[in-house]
Amino acid sequence: MAETTGQGAAAPAPTPTGDTAAAVALTKSAGAVSPRALKARGDGLALRLIAPVMRLVEIPMLGLQRLLGINLLAWVFLLPNLVLFGLFAFLPVVLNVVYAGTGGDNVLLADRPYVGARNFALLTECGSYLDPNTCREDKFWRAVWNTAWFVTLQVGIMVGFSLLTAIVLNRDIRARGFFRSVFFFPVLLSPVVVALIWKWILQREGVLNAFLDWTGIGGYNWLVDAEWAFAWSVFLSVWAHMGFYTLILLAGLQAIPRDVYEAATMDRASPWRVFRKITLPLLAPTMLVVLVLALIKGVQTFDEVYAFTGGGPGTATTFIIQYIYEEGFAGAPRLFGLAAAASLMVAGVLVVLTLVQLWVNRRNVDG
Amino acid sequence: MTRLLGFLTATRGGAKLHWTDWASYAYLCTGVFLMFFPVIWLVMSSFKTEADLQRYPPTFLPYQQQTIMVEGYDDPLPLFEMTGGEYEGMILAQLRRVGLQAQMIDPANPGERLRVGIEDRVPVERFTLATENYTELFGRFNFLLYFWNSTFITVMATLIMLLTNSMAAFALSKYQFRGRTVVLLLVIGTLMIPQTVVLVPLFLIVTELGMFNSLWGVIIPGAATPTGVFLLRQYMLTIPDEILDAARMDKASEWKIYWRIILPLSAPAIAVLAILAIMWRWNDFLWPLIVLTRSENFTLQLALNSFQGELQTDWSSLLAMTVLTLLPIAMVFMFLQKYIATGIASTGGK
Repeated sequence: MAETTGQGAAAPAPTPTGDTAAAVALTKSAGAVSPRALKARGDGLALRLIAPVMRLVEIPMLGLQRLLGINLLAWVFLLPNLVLFGLFAFLPVVLNVVYAGTGGDNVLLADRPYVGARNFALLTECGSYLDPNTCREDKFWRAVWNTAWFVTLQVGIMVGFSLLTAIVLNRDIRARGFFRSVFFFPVLLSPVVVALIWKWILQREGVLNAFLDWTGIGGYNWLVDAEWAFAWSVFLSVWAHMGFYTLILLAGLQAIPRDVYEAATMDRASPWRVFRKITLPLLAPTMLVVLVLALIKGVQTFDEVYAFTGGGPGTATTFIIQYIYEEGFAGAPRLFGLAAAASLMVAGVLVVLTLVQLWVNRRNVDG
Repeated sequence: MTRLLGFLTATRGGAKLHWTDWASYAYLCTGVFLMFFPVIWLVMSSFKTEADLQRYPPTFLPYQQQTIMVEGYDDPLPLFEMTGGEYEGMILAQLRRVGLQAQMIDPANPGERLRVGIEDRVPVERFTLATENYTELFGRFNFLLYFWNSTFITVMATLIMLLTNSMAAFALSKYQFRGRTVVLLLVIGTLMIPQTVVLVPLFLIVTELGMFNSLWGVIIPGAATPTGVFLLRQYMLTIPDEILDAARMDKASEWKIYWRIILPLSAPAIAVLAILAIMWRWNDFLWPLIVLTRSENFTLQLALNSFQGELQTDWSSLLAMTVLTLLPIAMVFMFLQKYIATGIASTGGK
């Protein structure tokens, strides 16, 4: 399976999120480098630290084991996780629907009047969906269109550059590990730090403008101009996240068997032909995973852009999650109903994308 | 020099570098510059004084104007080198500046006051790290409080997450019980419910549980992650069941099997999950922004974000704080880099 699809390292068996995909790549590596040596040291210490607690827990667990038998005990092991999932994942989904059907600005559901589909009607009341100015909630539609543009540009540019970087890194180059981790480095930075770093560079008297003045092009007040602020938001987001996708694509590239390339060399295929006829088709499943993942993340963009521009100038960089945040939590009348209705619409998009992702993964595994 | 170049450009076959190799290295070096320079620039800027930060065009290294203590004056006086006029070449200390004129004295001869035009002088500067940007953080701002909040959330959330997720993964990988598939499907189902789309009801639940404006309100809701369960289960499936059977023969309880056998054996996966969890928690922004509204509960990320509004002019403190927020993650990176690099190199590099 892995050999034929070139998918092995990036997305084995059920790896539904990208985080898992990268994480599994990491685990595999960790396991491969030092089968059992590396952790043996750290383990001893960690085990000794947790031992007293674990021994204490063992007493009730032993009782439960006698009482329930081994197979029912499995549920005891599952319990904490399931309670957390139930409370903080499934219950909220149900409540979200209830919220979307009620109005007012009270948090408690008992105090909220039922309004039916009015929140949705408010959001979708539009002269023309293409022009936010004709809409009742024009800010919502501005956010929707901003998000759509942002996701298109960001995902396109990011996946393009990730692919290029992965291909370059997959060549026979020196210090590959160093270069790879350089591209991965910004992934670890917090969104707020990323935003502040670039804000500092892009401000009117920042280093970029100093450079532009020096070359004679002339500086510019980037973050005051709506279009430039948007463009820089895309740039910043690509900068911060491309390393992650590069890592997945690189794993995909490295899973393509060597002998295919050797056969191509035997046949004196040109490099361009090799790339088009071997690399791209064999990498396609990984590409699909990366694309869907990037889309899912892109739709939920909030942190870095919010810290970077605060959604401005005007509403030029206000995205859908920021709209939800501002309607529900930041503004003076806290319109929870409207926020819930908007987030249900986002959820719809995300569910479709996630299903596509699961389907892609399943197909890769079966194929 | 030529030999060094020859060494660096040598390839295994002894052939010369192809132009695509040059292009590759050029691309990668551009990448290194783009990825690292902003961070280095930030670190450099964080060591500049407020006056130095105002300078345009900016310098790469932090500089400070030299000062001197002169007899008869309480404050240290800034030093200037004269570039023209009567006193050219001398180094003078400035008393005060009046319009385009400045009153200066010669430190060697403090009695006599000299008048010079300000265009005839340049400040005497030396490379100095303005460490007061950092020390100030501990005094004027509640940096330690924010740092503690962030650390507490990160550590507790990671521990709880590792415990609950590994327990669930153990049950899902080592037991055959009715309903296992249903649970697995439920876990996959939670993938479709990212926090961003259930903010409102999550807020209600957290408020009802009395965790609004408490650090636990950030820790608990994110503790169970489908990613963690899958990652650990995947790894635990590779542990042979015979070990468990042997332990059961020796009358080990299931809980003992879990923490004495399964946990140590899945340490690599747990380590990876721990790194991911630390990263997620430390960098978390949107949910803390909603739950923690009082500034004494702020995490570092929230504090940074709110300060950039408040302290529009106080970049020196803001930059220093950014660097300190970035530091723990940079440490993790150094550790992780070896992890990833050797890892992928040995699995797929060949």
